[in-house]
Amino acid sequence: MGLTKKDFTLLIIVACLALFAPFILNPFPEGSAMAQFNAGYPDLMQRLVIFGIFAIGFNILFGLTGYLSFGHAAFLGVGSYAAIWMMKLLTMNVIPAIIISVLVAGLFSLLVGWISLRRSGIYFSILTLAFAQMSYALAYSVLTPITGGETGLQPKYTDPRILDGALAPGETPRANLFGLDMKSSFQVSAGDWIFTFNAGYYVAAVIMLIAFYLSIRIFRSPFGMMLRAVKSNQQRLNYTGLNAKPYTLAAFVISGMYAGLAGGLLVAMDTQVGAERMFWTASGEVVLMTILGGAGTLIGPVLGAGFIKYFENIISKINKSILEQWFAFMPDGIEDLLITLVYPFIGKGWHLTLGILFMLVVIFLPGGLVEGGQRVARLFKRKKPSDDTPDGKTTPAE
Amino acid sequence: MSNSKLTRRGLIKTGAVAGAAGLTLPTYLRADGHAGYLNAPQGDTVTLGFNVPQSGPYADEGADELRAYELAVEHLNGTGADNGMLETFSSDALQGNGILGKKVVYVTGDTQTKSDAARASAKSMIEKDGAIMITGGSSSGVAVAVQALCQEAGVIFMAGLTHSNDTTGKDKRANGFRHFFNSYMSGAALAPVLQNAYGSDRKAYHLTADYNWGYTTEEAVRSSTEAMGWETVNAVKTPLTQTDFSSYIAPVLQSGADVLVLNHYGGNMVNSLTNAVQFGLRDKLVNDKNFEIVVPLYSRLMAKGAGANVKGIFGSTNWHWSLTDEGSKAFVKSFGTKYGFPPSQAAHTCYVQALLYADACERAGTFNPCGVVEALEGFEFDGMGNGPTLYRADDHQCFKDVLVVKGKENPTSEFDLLEIVEVTPVEQVTYAPDHPQVAGGSLGTCNPGA
Repeated sequence: MGLTKKDFTLLIIVACLALFAPFILNPFPEGSAMAQFNAGYPDLMQRLVIFGIFAIGFNILFGLTGYLSFGHAAFLGVGSYAAIWMMKLLTMNVIPAIIISVLVAGLFSLLVGWISLRRSGIYFSILTLAFAQMSYALAYSVLTPITGGETGLQPKYTDPRILDGALAPGETPRANLFGLDMKSSFQVSAGDWIFTFNAGYYVAAVIMLIAFYLSIRIFRSPFGMMLRAVKSNQQRLNYTGLNAKPYTLAAFVISGMYAGLAGGLLVAMDTQVGAERMFWTASGEVVLMTILGGAGTLIGPVLGAGFIKYFENIISKINKSILEQWFAFMPDGIEDLLITLVYPFIGKGWHLTLGILFMLVVIFLPGGLVEGGQRVARLFKRKKPSDDTPDGKTTPAE
Repeated sequence: MSNSKLTRRGLIKTGAVAGAAGLTLPTYLRADGHAGYLNAPQGDTVTLGFNVPQSGPYADEGADELRAYELAVEHLNGTGADNGMLETFSSDALQGNGILGKKVVYVTGDTQTKSDAARASAKSMIEKDGAIMITGGSSSGVAVAVQALCQEAGVIFMAGLTHSNDTTGKDKRANGFRHFFNSYMSGAALAPVLQNAYGSDRKAYHLTADYNWGYTTEEAVRSSTEAMGWETVNAVKTPLTQTDFSSYIAPVLQSGADVLVLNHYGGNMVNSLTNAVQFGLRDKLVNDKNFEIVVPLYSRLMAKGAGANVKGIFGSTNWHWSLTDEGSKAFVKSFGTKYGFPPSQAAHTCYVQALLYADACERAGTFNPCGVVEALEGFEFDGMGNGPTLYRADDHQCFKDVLVVKGKENPTSEFDLLEIVEVTPVEQVTYAPDHPQVAGGSLGTCNPGA
């Protein structure tokens, strides 16, 4: 497949992780106190891989060229709107929706990139941020007839949907892949454990693997090398007579298309779009994901995305009564003290916990989680720190 | 695929592992637990999902909603200091022993007042925690998004604070129910009071929050006031994120309008009202009339934010703690005993919704969403603080009296900010299910999810 042995192993590892995610994410038996931390339910698994795709794409731009886009959520949102309109007008089959989301996001990122890439550094970031906020404001109010404004868009039985048959009044249209309902799942129980296998998740996981494979190929290609050159010294590149702009623009569009793909998949899994998807915090989130996991590494962004989505969905749902259950065995005074101490960091305080972790990672593991993994591996291997080749897989780009 | 190596030893190893996995005999489970509907309660507990904004602009409302839900759970399980509205509720199906004999437990989530986040949180409640009913929320966008999700998944949605016509209008769903009033009712209740107070020859200027709820509220207030003779001079949309409204207030005076209608909610309203009062609008004489300000949707939390500026300003509200009927008194008492201050209207509607759901399950004798829908449709009840109320079968909207309130001139405490001017009887705010402001959409059929 045109991969080195190391890259192939990585791809296989990611494939296995994706395939067995329903088991890996549900390590605790149902009904036990730790079941709170299980993440193996369809919605979260889908989000993990979809935001993985988003981060992989962002990493192609940020990790390779060093251009920090602060407006990537706009492409995700545009892709989502394109996909939902495809579902409203053409068919509830997810294939056309996903294709159109990639195309529309690609066109939009071409426009934004063409303008924003006239500047670099902080000015580029601000330009992209401005574009994203503009898109958000447009979607939220001015373009309400197209975007549904605050309420967002959902497929309805009244939509034309040329290729599908008409639905009965009030019937809910369901996203499908040639008849396979994205929401359909079956559960398997083994002892106390319950594992859920969801059709939508596996569709998203397969697409994530393809996206991951493409990203490896881009990282290893001469094109990827050019992008790294842009990052290390753009001035020198210019002096050698090379125009860097086509390369950066291509990277920008590719990463915009990845974002569009993620947006289309979000709609395919959960047929609803809201404008908040394009808010600047969403753009910031993908930056966090990439840096947390390890910018410029292949697997880092996927890990970072998983990490943040896990926190958002699991930690945020721990509430006071659950804490009371956990600490119930302790004497009253200590129990209350512990609850008071822990309470600010759970539930609505999950942002706080995430912020602290992010700080710790950036300060102590500048290479992100990937660097953490490397350090642990080095501890166990005790081999001499062999040739430090910047192979992209494990070494964060500078 | 030249990288894989197939050896005899490897094959045997793999085979052994696969065999062991096969022997544990995973059994195929149906999500409905063979009960014919999704998330049928197993064991002796039933799980409800409380999906409220814990962060973002409506976090205050969300916190109060959560308090109300916790209180409702105590009352349903019979573990509270008293029984709250269970004593005054006209239906006596609830015994204080949980729902259908099963103890009520709950999970909470943060909607962040974003429809995406709200749906993610609701989905995790349904898929992971096995919640049989989702309730809460403090914005119409979120309510519409979560309601559609619940319809699709096959659980009941009991809307929290959502005021837009669309929730039970063009976006209504068979599995969704709303107790709170809506924009149309606000307009219909306010108009006569405004006519009495300010006369029927007025020129109104609207400032409208630029999103769905703002539009439906503006439309409702406009059509009710225009019907009684007011003229609408201008309607300007303001961005939701706006915090300084001075640039929007200045043109009001030049327009020749003598009434300013603020179709704003939450922080928006606090800021725009404060700006308007600081500009001295209320001391002006325009067309030989005192300049007046109207706020269609009022809440105590907003009145608190705007402080002294709310004095004498009219608005409408779903419920207020100073009501003196038995139901309201019982609720205010148990809420006050537990938390030390009176509940907001958001808390009230959420508490009532939780009780109504539990009662419907008891009367239906099942948790099956279709049974619950049947029990709630056309249900008439009393003793919940709003007088006799009907859950209309056509659109799953509650019809009840609407309160017109006014900012108090001499508040006696930080909670005593609004006074009730009039209780508009239900007949006056009832509309046909196909009224132009709510037309479109269809309930469809109930979905039990399995």
